[in-house]
Amino acid sequence: MKRGLMALAGALAILMTQSAGAQTLRWSAPGDAVSFDPNAQLDSFTQNIQLMVYDTLVRRNRKLEIEPGLATSWQIVEPTRWRFKLRPGVKFHDGEPFTADDVVTTVMRTIDPDSRNKGNLATVVKAEKVDDLTVDIVLSGPYPLLLNDLTGIFVMSKSWLEKNNAMKPGNTSTGVTTFASTHANGTGPFKLESYAPDSKTVMTANEGWWDKPEHNIKRLEFRPIKSDATRVAALLSGEIDMISSLPLQDVPRVSGTQGFKVVEDPSLRLIFLGFNWKPELYADPGKKNPLLDVKVRQALWHAVDLDAIQKRIMRGKSRNTGTMVAPPVPGYVADIDKPLAYDPALSKKLLTEAGYPNGFKTGLTCTNDRYIADEQLCLAIAGMWTKAGIQVDVKTESKATYFPRQDRGELDVWMLGWATLPQMDGFSVLSGIFASRKDGYGGSNAGGMVIPALDDLARKTAVELDEGKRRALMGEAFRIAKDQALFIPLHQQPLAWAMRSNVDMPQFPDEYVRPWFAKVN
Amino acid sequence: MIASIGSRLGQAVLVMLAVTAIAFVMFRYVGDPVAMMSREDASPAEKAELRASLGLDRPAIVQYGDFLGRTLKGDLGISFRNQRPVVDLLAERLPATLELVIVATLLSLSVGIPIGVYCALKPDGALTRAIQTISLVGISMPTFVTGIGLILIFAVTLRWLPSFGRGDVVQIGGWSTGFLTRSGWASLILPSITLALYQLTLIMRLVRAEMIDVLSSDYIRFAKARGLPSRYINFRLALRNALMPVVTVTGLQIGSLIAFAIVTETVFQWPGMGLLFIQAVSFADVPVMAAYLLFVGFLFVVINMIVDLTYTLIDPRLRTRRA
Repeated sequence: MKRGLMALAGALAILMTQSAGAQTLRWSAPGDAVSFDPNAQLDSFTQNIQLMVYDTLVRRNRKLEIEPGLATSWQIVEPTRWRFKLRPGVKFHDGEPFTADDVVTTVMRTIDPDSRNKGNLATVVKAEKVDDLTVDIVLSGPYPLLLNDLTGIFVMSKSWLEKNNAMKPGNTSTGVTTFASTHANGTGPFKLESYAPDSKTVMTANEGWWDKPEHNIKRLEFRPIKSDATRVAALLSGEIDMISSLPLQDVPRVSGTQGFKVVEDPSLRLIFLGFNWKPELYADPGKKNPLLDVKVRQALWHAVDLDAIQKRIMRGKSRNTGTMVAPPVPGYVADIDKPLAYDPALSKKLLTEAGYPNGFKTGLTCTNDRYIADEQLCLAIAGMWTKAGIQVDVKTESKATYFPRQDRGELDVWMLGWATLPQMDGFSVLSGIFASRKDGYGGSNAGGMVIPALDDLARKTAVELDEGKRRALMGEAFRIAKDQALFIPLHQQPLAWAMRSNVDMPQFPDEYVRPWFAKVN
Repeated sequence: MIASIGSRLGQAVLVMLAVTAIAFVMFRYVGDPVAMMSREDASPAEKAELRASLGLDRPAIVQYGDFLGRTLKGDLGISFRNQRPVVDLLAERLPATLELVIVATLLSLSVGIPIGVYCALKPDGALTRAIQTISLVGISMPTFVTGIGLILIFAVTLRWLPSFGRGDVVQIGGWSTGFLTRSGWASLILPSITLALYQLTLIMRLVRAEMIDVLSSDYIRFAKARGLPSRYINFRLALRNALMPVVTVTGLQIGSLIAFAIVTETVFQWPGMGLLFIQAVSFADVPVMAAYLLFVGFLFVVINMIVDLTYTLIDPRLRTRRA
């Protein structure tokens, strides 16, 4: 009898701790998932949301290192053929087992000509089933970053796609929209229960997840709130437990309120200024472009008071940088990460040596709605350059109009933020920004910069399979960029989240929200 | 009557053609959808391919012609941002906006008319002066300031009402309604007050002015001389006549409430068409923007038509003139 009572009490205690530990987390962010079809969009926040439902062959751990996910091991059979062993016993949310067929379907759906994110697997030719739990991925050439790419490829279920007639990816141009754009069936830590765009997305914990959950969340409610003031209000009023992206000006208010905390870290996104490399500047046609002279570029760099910007505009939350990638990214070299010092006298001297003792005229254009405090940043730099004797024609505009102009190379000095995502590797800077526009390289090298050494390094890095050598090649490229002052790196953007004190949501510099590491106490 | 409806419909088509034509000229300055849809490090070739596949490399006039052709067939295209049919997106959002607008309109009428009457009957009262001053503030305060202020007071400080969203909704057929749940009603209060405030002050001032006008007319004076009860005079005789212009203004205001609910919907994350439009603008989502403008143009034309027709029904003088 007594034993029975004890057992009952014990069972009750377990039940109670379970119900106390089984929590709902309500969170908010300014954006929303635009679709649940992994192949119908390229929006990084959307992919973040999808990653809660879908697993990937390899995934990022708490330190953002790559670790086994749905694939348990892999080997390079030939330089162009990688063999992946798949995790046995994994089930999709609808109960169907996960097999090699699903991986083949996922890869083929991603590289489909109508897929919107086919560029994320640009080097993959096909996937082949070897047996039920072995898959080969075939590449067009040797390629070191396949695993990085695979961290962003969400594994879908073949049978589910077939059943719902969604084998072709959704695409605006072909007019295809599928069941998969509003529903999801992955193997991930959470199941999608409902999706009401701009209103509410509900997920529940996947009890049958193959991995041991580190979270204690039963139910995830995502409520997007676009307006910053409303989002903060919703947190403070207790309607929301956690918000990602807290506006900097609200940090003191929220952290000063009892029962809430703010988590802040520098993000991977690095803000820098780039130059026009054409023979003439738009601001001063008919004259030789002064920015082609390394001394002029260094003079501009020496004229920027980064510490003042960090203190005044970024409220002490940003991290000033001297190189083009953030420390966690492969390719980063610590000894070149010191910015050129703020030194107006040296700046003046360099300008005089370059033949511009009285300065020159240039444009400076930035967004006003894309990066944190981008407009203030731009105006502050314009002010500093004006003090250095340079005539600055400063303009800020919306991202929707800025990026097309920037892309067409219509700006003299421009601002860009680069996070190296989704690969999280310095190669994306080499291939997208450093290399000249040729053979698919230089997608964001809008200023028309051509540095043969960098072109060469980008191509070598692209096929170097030895990780040590590869990093050395990238380091060399970043060193050239620094020595030649090809760009002026400014800082890593701060990333601020706010949450109730009882919520423990780890923050990551890639700005992803990973609720499978979260605890609600 | 039929002829007048016919000519109205003809005008409607012209108005909508004009609206969309202007919209297509403006889209070029809103931004480039290709830049928004591409990967951060997309190559120029990738972008060119996408531009061609979306048909954005063609001249604006050809794109406009294509849009008209598809619209006539009932196809409004697929959203660049959500990759879903625009018709579905609009249909999903319409109930939220309409419910908000209906509640805001009822609110502004049920509060605005009595206050207006009171101000007309007691033109020199202290309360009237206070109301007049407050209404001036109300009419000149930007919507987002009102909205944020209400949120800070009623959601953050007092914690009485939700600060955002629609609460729980119930699906009836294709219509999602917030009228059937407690949280749905609670969520409606702050946004509908925010949206109604301007219209409320407008109606109040209109009723007050009309009432004062009517109260000084001869037949009211005769009615008073006859010794009719003041309640009868004020409400049966005066108010009914003063309400005529209110009907017109309310009708027209419903159109602009729907069109200008954008700010209120953004502040309160109200998942209506205004929020959809704002997001389309920031993504340069041409199909959604075009469809929304087409819809708003259509709405204004229809409302104008209904107001005109009701006029002829209510006012016998207009009817005889037409006939």
